[in-house]
Formats: sequence, C-alpha cells, structure tokens
Amino acid sequence: MGGRDLFGYVGIEAVLDQMRRKTMKAGFEFNIMVVGQSGLGKSTLVNTLFKSKVSRKSCTPSYEEKISRTVHLKSVSHIIEEKGVKMRLTVIDTPGFGDQINNENCWDPIVKYINEQYEKYLTEELHITRKRRIPDTRVHCCVYFLPATGHRLRPIDVEFMKRLGKIVSIVPVIAKADTLTMDERLDFKQRIRQDLQASGIRVYPQKEYDEDVEDRIRNDKIRENIPFAVVGTDKEHQVNGNKVLGRKTKWGIIEVENVAHCEFANLRDLLVRSHLQDLKDVTHYIHYETYRVRRLNESNASVSGLSALPLENGITEKYEAQSQL
Amino acid sequence: MTTNMRYKSRIIKTEDSEDKQYVGFATLPNQVHRKSVKKGFDFTLMVAGESGLGKSTLVNSLFLTDLYKDRKLLNAEERISQTVEITKHTVDIEEKGVKLKLTIVDTPGFGDAVNNNECWKPITDYIDQQFEQYFRDESGLNRKNILDNRVHCCLYFIPPFGHGLRPVDVEFMKALHERVNIIALIAKADCLTPNETKKLKDRVRDEIERFGIKVYQFPECDSDEDEEFKQMDKELKECTPFAVIGSNTVVEARGQRVRGRLYPWGIVEVENQSHCDFVKLRNMLIRSHMHDLKDVTCDVHYENYRAHCIQQMTSKLAQDNRMDSSIPILPLPTPDAETERLIKMKDEELKRMQEMLEKMQQQMHEKDQ
Repeated sequence: MGGRDLFGYVGIEAVLDQMRRKTMKAGFEFNIMVVGQSGLGKSTLVNTLFKSKVSRKSCTPSYEEKISRTVHLKSVSHIIEEKGVKMRLTVIDTPGFGDQINNENCWDPIVKYINEQYEKYLTEELHITRKRRIPDTRVHCCVYFLPATGHRLRPIDVEFMKRLGKIVSIVPVIAKADTLTMDERLDFKQRIRQDLQASGIRVYPQKEYDEDVEDRIRNDKIRENIPFAVVGTDKEHQVNGNKVLGRKTKWGIIEVENVAHCEFANLRDLLVRSHLQDLKDVTHYIHYETYRVRRLNESNASVSGLSALPLENGITEKYEAQSQL
Repeated sequence: MTTNMRYKSRIIKTEDSEDKQYVGFATLPNQVHRKSVKKGFDFTLMVAGESGLGKSTLVNSLFLTDLYKDRKLLNAEERISQTVEITKHTVDIEEKGVKLKLTIVDTPGFGDAVNNNECWKPITDYIDQQFEQYFRDESGLNRKNILDNRVHCCLYFIPPFGHGLRPVDVEFMKALHERVNIIALIAKADCLTPNETKKLKDRVRDEIERFGIKVYQFPECDSDEDEEFKQMDKELKECTPFAVIGSNTVVEARGQRVRGRLYPWGIVEVENQSHCDFVKLRNMLIRSHMHDLKDVTCDVHYENYRAHCIQQMTSKLAQDNRMDSSIPILPLPTPDAETERLIKMKDEELKRMQEMLEKMQQQMHEKDQ
C-alpha cells in the first residue's frame, strides 16, 4: 500500500489511548474450560493462574471429592480486577470426564456445551434488535490435562483432542509434572508431539492462523515447547528469604514460578499475558465463523429458518450434503 | 568341624541326666534349611496397573535387575486396538548360595483403553488357569516334578493423581482379592507432599474397608518376639498402602551413590525411609513375608479354588448320574502300562535337561569370573 509521509504530528496514535480507555471501561470477558481426569490439579492450577480462588472447588461450600457417574459441566464466574482493568473470568469445569471404567463418548457433553454457546451467540447476532455488547459465553480456551505417565498419549486423549481440536482452541498441559525428571519430561513431550502430528490433532497456537512472520516466530517457539509441564499450588514457602509459591517435600521445594522447575510461568504468559486476546480472536473469527457458516448453510438447505437445536457434532457430512441440494 | 568339637566337649562336660534327655531333633530346622538351600525357592509376582505408573521401574529396583531391557512403547494408534496381555519374565537370582527363581507376570494394556469394561478378565483367567494346572498336576500320577506357576502375590499400583480409589481400582481388586494376595501400592509417590501422602493413604484405607476388599493382611506377631520386631511390625501395618518410588538410575546424594531420581529442586532417594516406603515394601515382600505369601496362596486361595472346583464337579456328577458320589473323581483315563512308561521317560528327560541347564549356567558363571 503506498503510504504518504506525514510532515507533522497529526495525533493518529492517540487512537490507541482512546481504545485503551474504552476497553478498560468495558472490561474483558474470558471463558476457560478445564478438562481432565479427577485429581490432576485442574482447580488448583486455575486458582494459581489467576491468583485467586476462582475454581469450582473453592466456591462450593459443601464440595466433596467424589467421582461423579456422568460428565457434567459446571461453570463459575468471577470478576477480577488488576490496575483498573476488570475481567469477567468464567471457569468451566468438567467433573467426571475420563473417570469411569467405560469412558466411551464421555466427550459428547463437552462438545454439546461448546456448540450450545456458539448457538447462543449466533441467535443473539441474528436478532433484529441486537444488544450493544453480546454476552460472550463461548469457550475461548480449553486446557486439557494429561497425566504425567512419561509414555505417550492415551487413546482417550487422542479421541478427545481429535474431536475438540476442530471446534475450540486446545492447550494441552502435563499435569502434576513434578514426578518427571528433566530428561523424562523432554522425551515425553517429544513423543506427545509426534502422537499429535500422527493423529492430525491441531492444538493452539495453530500453524494456519499465524498472520505474519513475527507471529510465526513467536508461535513456533511456543509450539516447540508444548505441552507445558505444570505444577500448581496455592501455598507459599520461604526460599532464600523470599516468599514463593511452591510445594514442599522432604527432598526440596518445587517453586511453581521458577522456569527451571516447571513451565507454569510459560503457561501463564501464554494464556494471560501474551495470547489472551489472540485466543478470543481465534475463537471469534475462526471457530465461531466455522460454526456459523455450517449452521447457516444447514438452515438454507432446509429453507425454514434456524432450527431449534444446535449442531450435534463439529463435522456433519449430512448437512454439507444437504447444502449442495 | 567346630560344631562337632563343641558337641563333643558338651558331652564331656554335661551330666548324665541331661545327656539322656537330649534326643537331637532340635537340628531339624538346620536340616530343612540345608535341603531348601539345595532345592532353591521360586516366587511368582504379578504387577498390575495402568501404563506409566512406574511398575517396571519398581520391579527393577526391588530385585536389582533389568528385566525390561528391550521393551518398546506402543504409540497411541497402536494402543487403541490393544487388549490386555499377560507377559511373563523369569530370572534366576542367587544370593549367598540361596537360589531364587523369580517370575514376574506383567499385565500391559490394563486400564489403558477408553472402554475398560472387564479389563481384569484376562488376568483372573490367567490366575485361574495356573490354579487349574496345579490342580491337575497334583491329582496326577507322577507328582515329583510339579511346576508351581501359581501367582503368589499381586502388586496393584494406584495412581497418586486421584483422590482415592477409582471405579476401575475397586472393581479390579474385588475381582482378584479371593484369588491372589493383593498388596496395594501408591505409585510415583514423589509427586505428593507428606501431607498429601498421608491423606491419600487414609482415604485409600477407608475405601478398601468400605468396599470390603480383602487385601493381604500381615500375620500377627508371635507374643514371644522381641519388642523391636513388634514395633516394626506395627509400623508396617499402619503404613499401608505403601507409597513407593522406583528408580533405574544411580545418583550422587550427600556424598554417596544411591538409587534415586534427580530433579532441579532436589534428589529423591529411593532407599531413604523418610522419602518413600520402598524399603518397607522390599523388606516385607522379600525379607520377611515372602514365605508367608506363598503359604497363604497355597493354603487359602488355592484351597478355595480347589474346593470350588471339586464342588462343581460333584454337583455335575450328581446331576449326570442322579446319585450321590462320595468321592469326587477327576475325569482322568485309567493309564495303561504304555502311558505310564511314557510318563516315566518324559520325567527322566525333564530331570536330565534341568541338570544340563544348571551345569551350563555354572559354566557360564565361571567363565564370567
């Protein structure tokens, strides 16, 4: 694009300030879903990420650590504030996932929930009189917890991520990684990356959505390192005269925010400090748009407006076949 | 030599009355000991639990061998179609002249699939098969060289990640507790702080009781054991399920070379009692209760199986013949002279082959030295 050089200060850059003020007033919304077997530290990690008691465990007074027989989804919302910036954080938990003896189709309630949120947003968008700011309950990020076995991805991991990688941004993490030595960690991560590639699973940040070279370089660094090996805690201990978040064992203190010990800081930077807006953008411009296109095609084919039910599954050849009629 | 001389001197020194009352069968334990050392022992240990809980590493640490050198880990695609297998590794270990034939039965694939319904069935079938084979051998004509493949003990690995027993753990243990001695272990205990370990152990113990799972119980101490032994026994019982850590590597800690795992935040020593219960497990499994495990297998589990089998046969016979048969007969054909001769020949061949194997092992041992 041929630009023209300015011969004086116009003040265009003040737009950034205006944007900033507006967004600060409006606040942000962020919806994060945590998926994994019981006991992998999902609630603790979320609390540690946002440095407050935002998980379902901390909010339910009569919380019992029992394994539930079916997969339900429970969401808890909080408004947290930092330096004048307000964020409405919703944590969606999935108790019961992968805990039964027979876990077939345990991912169905999750797929259904995600599609329902897209449907809600779509319905709002299609109204004649729309709200100024459509409430955004779509899942911006799904953190999938892998147990630190040290071997490879398990069949349930592959099945889940295959299906959900198509409709939401998945960030896989190695949970309770303090049971792996550094060498075991590297080997494990490499095998997981191989398995992900072999199964055609795309996790966040997806290669196809890198916008420019700068993005690509930044995201490549992240892609070489996923899944992050994390350890979470809400307890503090004294180490070298500083108070740090850590886990104290008989053989040492695992410092959660120390990058030499675990990759919690990398995960936090990815989710909160550098890629939060990008996660929301990918959800809105890519995953939501895919859903919307399919939905509208399906409604065109049936020539009867929007049906009441959202799509059952991400991929349905039936609808595509209909749309070709 | 010295014992003889001591005996002689005792004869000279003791009075006549004592001499008359000493018969000499107090040396029986020594005779049994000598015979057992010559014969050697065997022990079959089963390890069960999901992949990645450190079972192979723990077995290697317990017996200081490397049984799984050529193992290949399946990738996720191969694992999707994998079923539960039973694999056996046998190794002969010798220590201070005592020979142990150790068989490790592994169960790869257990609990790894998406649908794990009845994933314990291959395992219960295997245990029953070993019982059945022993039953047939025992009821057979030539019982000199019976091979005892019965599983003496099953180490079940509970993941430390959960909040207690999961449905698959409960179902597995309930399917097996009346067939084999189950010892529950908390695997990979280095991801738990001391508080978490205690909470998890309490929780697992409660749930084992609540679900009526009969894990292996340590026998009570005799009242004439010394206080130290009783105290150790009490501590052992309160420590179950054992929280274990295994390691294939030797690291340097506190100026010594120990088996351990090296982390950026510290070194976990496998044999340090304040780090994990590995030493307690090893002592219990090998040093104090190995024989008891075998006895319970023979006297309780095998007898249960045998009684059950015979009952089934009698009821079947009663149904078939519509009369009460007092002695349950095994459906064995009456052997003729020909079959008996064949059996004798095969037995002698087996014995010869065993002797040859021993000689070869000895030769190889001498060559290494």
